[in-house]
Amino acid sequence: MPGLGTSFGRGGATTAPSDLVNSEAILIMGSNMAENHPVGFQWVIEARERGAHVIHVDPRFSRTSAMATIWAPLRAGSDVLFLGGLINYVLDRGKEFREYVVHYTNASAILPVDVQDSEELGGLFSGWDAKSAKYDPNTWSFQRSPAADRKPPSDATQNPGGHTKESGARAADLADYDRDPTLEHPRCVYQVLKRHFARYTPDMVEQYCGVPKERFLEIAEAYCSASGSEKTGAICYAVGWTQHSTGVQIIRSAAILQLLLGNIGRPGGGILALRGHASIQGSTDIPTLFDILPGYLAMPKFGPDSSTLAAYINRYRDRTGWWSNFDKYIVSLLKAYYGDAATRENDWGFGWLPRVTGDHSHQAYWLDMMDGKVEGLFVMGQNPAVAAPNARLERKALAMLKWLVVRDMVEVETASFWYDSPEVERGELRTEEIGTEVFLLPAAGHAEKDGCFTNTQRLLQWHEKAVDPPGDARSETWFMYHLGTRLKEKAERDPGPRNAGLNALTWDYSVTGVQREPRVEEILQEINGYTGPDRTPVGGFGELKADGSTACGCWIYSGVFPRLGENRAGERHSRSAYGHGWGFAWPADRRVLYNRASARPDGSPWSERKKLVWWDALSREWTGLDTPDFTKTKPPDYQPPHDAEGDAGLAGDKPFIMHPDGVGWIWVPDGLADGPLPTHYEPLESPIANPLYPAQQINPAALKMERPDNQYARSPDPRFPYVMTTYRLTEHHTAGGMSRTLPHLAELQPEFFCEISPELAAERDIESGGWLTIMTMRGIVEARALVTPRMRPLRIDGKTVHQVGVPYHWGSRGLVTGDSANDLLAISEEPNVRIMEAKGLLCDVLPGRRPRGAAALDLWRTHMSHSS
Amino acid sequence: MTSNQAHHNYVAEGRTVGFFTDPTVCIGCKACEVACKEWNEVPEDGLIWTGHSYDNSGSLGGATWRHVKFRETENPVGWTFLSDVCKHCEHAGCLEACPTGAIFRTEVSSVYVQDDVCNGCGYCIVGCPFGVIDRRPQPLPGAGGAFKCTFCYDRQIDGLTPACAKACPTESIQFGPLDELHARADKRVAELHARGVADARIYNPVDTSVGGIHAFFLLLGPPEEFGLPPRPEVPTVYLRGAWLSAAMTSVLALAGACLAFALL
Amino acid sequence: MFTQLLDGWPLAQQILHGRDGTGLEARSARTRALSPKNHGAEFARSVCPYCAVGCGQLVYHRDGKLVSIEGDAESPVSRGRLCPKGSNSFELLTHAGRQTRIKYRKPYSTRWETLDLEDAMDMIADRMWDTRERTFVEERDGQSLMQTTAMAHLGGATLDNEENYLIKKLFAAGLGMVCISNQARI
Repeated sequence: MPGLGTSFGRGGATTAPSDLVNSEAILIMGSNMAENHPVGFQWVIEARERGAHVIHVDPRFSRTSAMATIWAPLRAGSDVLFLGGLINYVLDRGKEFREYVVHYTNASAILPVDVQDSEELGGLFSGWDAKSAKYDPNTWSFQRSPAADRKPPSDATQNPGGHTKESGARAADLADYDRDPTLEHPRCVYQVLKRHFARYTPDMVEQYCGVPKERFLEIAEAYCSASGSEKTGAICYAVGWTQHSTGVQIIRSAAILQLLLGNIGRPGGGILALRGHASIQGSTDIPTLFDILPGYLAMPKFGPDSSTLAAYINRYRDRTGWWSNFDKYIVSLLKAYYGDAATRENDWGFGWLPRVTGDHSHQAYWLDMMDGKVEGLFVMGQNPAVAAPNARLERKALAMLKWLVVRDMVEVETASFWYDSPEVERGELRTEEIGTEVFLLPAAGHAEKDGCFTNTQRLLQWHEKAVDPPGDARSETWFMYHLGTRLKEKAERDPGPRNAGLNALTWDYSVTGVQREPRVEEILQEINGYTGPDRTPVGGFGELKADGSTACGCWIYSGVFPRLGENRAGERHSRSAYGHGWGFAWPADRRVLYNRASARPDGSPWSERKKLVWWDALSREWTGLDTPDFTKTKPPDYQPPHDAEGDAGLAGDKPFIMHPDGVGWIWVPDGLADGPLPTHYEPLESPIANPLYPAQQINPAALKMERPDNQYARSPDPRFPYVMTTYRLTEHHTAGGMSRTLPHLAELQPEFFCEISPELAAERDIESGGWLTIMTMRGIVEARALVTPRMRPLRIDGKTVHQVGVPYHWGSRGLVTGDSANDLLAISEEPNVRIMEAKGLLCDVLPGRRPRGAAALDLWRTHMSHSS
Repeated sequence: MTSNQAHHNYVAEGRTVGFFTDPTVCIGCKACEVACKEWNEVPEDGLIWTGHSYDNSGSLGGATWRHVKFRETENPVGWTFLSDVCKHCEHAGCLEACPTGAIFRTEVSSVYVQDDVCNGCGYCIVGCPFGVIDRRPQPLPGAGGAFKCTFCYDRQIDGLTPACAKACPTESIQFGPLDELHARADKRVAELHARGVADARIYNPVDTSVGGIHAFFLLLGPPEEFGLPPRPEVPTVYLRGAWLSAAMTSVLALAGACLAFALL
Repeated sequence: MFTQLLDGWPLAQQILHGRDGTGLEARSARTRALSPKNHGAEFARSVCPYCAVGCGQLVYHRDGKLVSIEGDAESPVSRGRLCPKGSNSFELLTHAGRQTRIKYRKPYSTRWETLDLEDAMDMIADRMWDTRERTFVEERDGQSLMQTTAMAHLGGATLDNEENYLIKKLFAAGLGMVCISNQARI
C-alpha cells in the first residue's frame, strides 16, 4: 500500500474493477485475477470483447492466462526488471504522455547534486548507513526546499512502520523546489529516471526475466500505446507483487509507468490493487495493524515527537495539501475514543495511547512468542498455523503461550495445534507438555450480523443480519463489547494512571435482543463522526475540527452516515455508471481517485471519449461522471498566494491533493525505507546473482530475520536448485477454514498438489498423478504431482531455471487435509510493510512421499547438510 | 440487467428455453457446479483427486449435474474450459426409455425427472447418448434413484434463472429463449471467425435422431475433443427395426415350429 | 371430487387428452405443486464474505432459519454473479462442521472440554487483566509509554469495519496493546 500512497497520496486502489471496461489495454501481473477475483474478472472479459489487449505476465499459465490476449512467462522475483523494461521502452521511444507528465507529476523537479542514484553507487542510493542498515531519507529531497520549512527528520529509520506513508504525510515540506518544465535539465527527475532505467533493455528482460524478446516487445507496444488523450491502460496486481522483499518497489514501478503514460485518474486507467479478503481494505483503513490509527494517522512512536500532542502534530501535519488537516483528524479520533474525559488540558487523552517502540507486526511478535516473551494471544478469523510463513515455527510458538483465544466458525488448525499438527506427529511437541490454555469460541457468520465490509475498490457495503448465529456463536462485536464491559468494570475499581485510557474509553453502545447484541449502526455512526452533546452526525471530514467539538472514529470514512437514519453503506440504488447510490466509497464517495487528472490543466476533458470530471465555467464548479476528487469550487487556473496553507496552497491544476506539491511522485523524496526509485534486486533466495549489481544481491533494507529456526539458502544453492512460488486456487480460500471444511468446495480440489513442467518431472523422475516431496531450508512437505506444460522452464542467463507451483490451502483439519505449503516459507519482512516473501524462493523436489513422523525431519536435515 | 439476471415468464408462456455455453469466456471457476449443488441440494459425491488438470468432478452423474471440462494444449500452450450439462434433447433418450412416467417434458420443453415417481430401474441411463443421467450410489441421499439436471424447473416456475447461469461470473452460460440463443450463438461464431478463430463452431446435432439439444455449445474444435459424441442417437430410433426383427423372428420361429411338426 | 381425481391421475389425463404420457399430464401431485424453496421468503441484503470484490448477495430466510443465498442482480459490483466460493455461502453457514459451542482446553490437558459462554468471557477477561497487571509499563525515561507487549492480537481482514474498530479501540487505546496485526500486512 505505501507504493500507491507515496506515488499518489492514498494507499488504495485508484479505481474499481468495473472501470476496466473503459481500458484499451489491461496489464495483469502479480495477480491471477480470473481465479482469485472471478466476478471482478467479468469486466476484463468485457474489455477484451471490446477490443482491449489483456496482457498477463506470470510464472504460471493459469486460468487468467487462458483468457488473456497475450501471456508471457516470468521468473518469479524479476518483476522490477520487467516493469523497468517497460519504463525504459516508454522513455527510449518518447511514448510518455508529455503534457500529463509535465503538469501532473514531479518529473520536472530538480535534484540536488549530492543525491545519487543506485546506478552510480553500485546498487545503493545515497544516504545509506551501513551500521544501522537503514537509509536516511532526508538525502532524497529536491533542490532548494526552504531549509526553514523543513520538517524534522523522518524517523522511518528509527522506528520502522510503513503504513502511514500511504498518506505521504511524513514527507518533508516539498511544495517549493526548482523545476525544469522542459524536462531537459540533467538532474531533473525525468533525466535521472532515464539514466536509472537505461540498462533495463529488452535483451536484459529476455536474459534475466525469461521473457522472449519478441514477446516483451509485443507487450510493450500493446500496453504503452494505450496512452494519450484518447486511450488509457490499467494495471491490476495482487499479492504476486506485494509478497516480495521488494514488494512496495514493484508497485512503485507500476506507478511510475502509469504516471509516464498519463493513466492515473482517468477512465480505464489507474492501478487496481486487488486485495484478497472481504474487508482487508477495511482492516487497513480502520486498522488492526500496529503502526497506524484509523484513517492512516500514525500510531505515536515512543520519543520526543510524541511527548505531546503538539509535537506529534508538528511531526505529521503538512503545511500544504490535504494533510494540513491532520490535527483535526487526530483530535476528533481522540474524542471518539475518550469522549468527555478527553479535554484540551490533557491533550485530548493523547497520553493514554500506547507508544510504539519497535516492530510489533505479526512476524516480529511471533518470533518473540517463540522466545517465550508473549503470554496471551487473540486470533480472530485468521489461521496462522496454515497461512503464515514458516508455519512450523508459527505452530511451535503457540505452544509457548500461557493462554490463547481463537474465534472462528470452525476448529481451525491454529486452535488444534496442541493435539493435531505435524509437530505432534513428529514428536517435536508433546501434548502433555504444552501448557497453553486454549479457548475456542464459535463465531457468527456474515449473514448473522449487521456490519459493513470495505472491498478492494474502497467501497463500504453494509450487510444485513438475516438470522441469529447458532448456539453460543456470537459476532466479534458482541465479543469485544462484552469483554470491554468486563475490563472497564475492573478498571473502574482501579482508577490509577495505567487505567486512565480504559476508564475514559467511551463504551456506551446500546444492546438489543436476547443475545444482547450491540447495535452496530451506533459504531458506524461513531466512525462517521458526530458533534455536540446529542451526537449529531457530521456530513463529512470537511466538518471535523481540532477544537474538541467533533468526534470521528475514522476520518476517511466520514460521510458514510451523514444524518440519522441515513446509512450510506446500506444504499442499494445504483444510479450512475460508477455505481453512485450503491454503498459509499471513501473518500467522500469518489469512485476514481485523482480524477482531476482526467481533465487538462485548463479544466477541459483530455478528450470526449475519456471525459470523467471537468470544469463547468458557467456554474463555476467541477462536475462530471464521478464525484470530483478535488475542491469543487477551485478553478483550474487558481494560483495560491505565497505562503498559503492547506488545500488553498495547491493550484487548480494539481490533481494529487494529498501531496504537499499536488503532483504524482515519480521520484519519492520521502516515505519509503528502501529508495526513492525502484531498482532491481534479487529475491532473498535466488538462482542467480543480481545481474545489475554484483555487490548488492538483495534489497539492502529488507529484513531476513535469520535465526536457527528461520534459515535461508544461499543464492544460488545446489541443494535447492528450483524456484518456488505459492498461490491460491479459485476453489479454495486462504487457509481453508472456509473451504476445506465445506463438502461442495472440498470436492472440487481435494488434495494438495504441486505443478511442475514435464521437463522437471523427467529430470526428477516424477510421475504425473503420483507424489512428490518439496524441501526448503525451512521444512518438508509432500504433495500430489501435477505435471503440466503450463509450467515452463525458463532460460535465464544461458541456463535452465525450473519453477515449481505450490498452492497453499491445506492443513491437518477439515474434510480434505494435506501438508501446508507455508512450512516451506521463511519469515522475512519487506522494509515498508513487513510482508513476507512468498514467491520466488528456492526449493528441491524429489519423487515420492515424505517419511512419516520424525523421519521426515531426518530426511530434511540430511538434505540440508549436503555439501555444496 | 442481462438475461441471466432478469425475471421472466417462460413457464406461463410455454416458451422453449435453452442454455448456450460459450467456452471463449469461461474461466473454469466451477461456480456453475457449486451453485447447482447448493440450490438443488445435490450431495458431494467424492473427495477424489483425479490428477487430470483441475477437473476432480470427473463426469456428469446422479450427483454432479454441471461438470467443467478442462483441456490443456501445447504449442502454443493453452487451456480451455467448458461447462457440460444435460442437453435436454429435442428427442430425449431418457424420456423415451422411462417406463414409469417419471420423466416428462415441461412447459419450457426441458426434460425433468420426478424423483417421487422414479423406481430406479435404470432404463434411462442406457437411453442417454451423452452419458448424463445416472443412478445415485449409496450412501448418498436419494440413492437408487436416477437424477440429472432439472433445468431448475422450480426456479423457472417463479420466473427465476437457473442457478448455474445466474452465478456464472462471465456469462459463459447464457440462459434464455432457445431461438434467441441460437441467434446469439450464430453471431458469436461469425465474430470469432472474423477474429481468426477458425475452429469455432456450434454443437447442436439437429440432423440426428436426437433432433437438436436445448443446452447447446460453442466448441473450439471437433466434438470428440471435448468428450461429446459427433453423432448422438436416441436408442429408440432403433425400436422399429428391433420390433420388426423381433416380429420376423417370431414369425419365422412359428413357421419353423409348424414345419417341424408337419415333417414329423 | 371425481374431476379432481381425474385431473390428478396421469393415466386419465393421457386418455382424456390424447397425450402420450411424456408431457405435463405425467406430473405427480408433488411436481404440480412445485415452487422454489425461497418462494415468499424474506431476504436480507448482504455481501459475500470471501474475497475483496464484494459481490452482492441476497440471503433468503424464513422463521429465523436460512433458506438459500444467491447473487444480487442489482449490484453494480457483481451484477448478480458469484464465484464457486460465494455460491457456497449457504453451506458455509449451515454445514455440519460448524462450531456452535465453546471448546476449552486446560493447560497440559489432552482433550477439549465445554464451557459456558459467560464463564469463558469472565475467564478471558481475568487472563487479560492478570497478564496486563504484571507487564504493563506506564512510562520510560520520564516519557509516556502506556503499553504491554505480553498480549497480542491477530485478525481483521475477514471482520467487519465496526469489529476492527472496537478491537483497536479497546485493545490499543484502552488496554495499551501494541502487538496488533492482521492478514492485511501479510
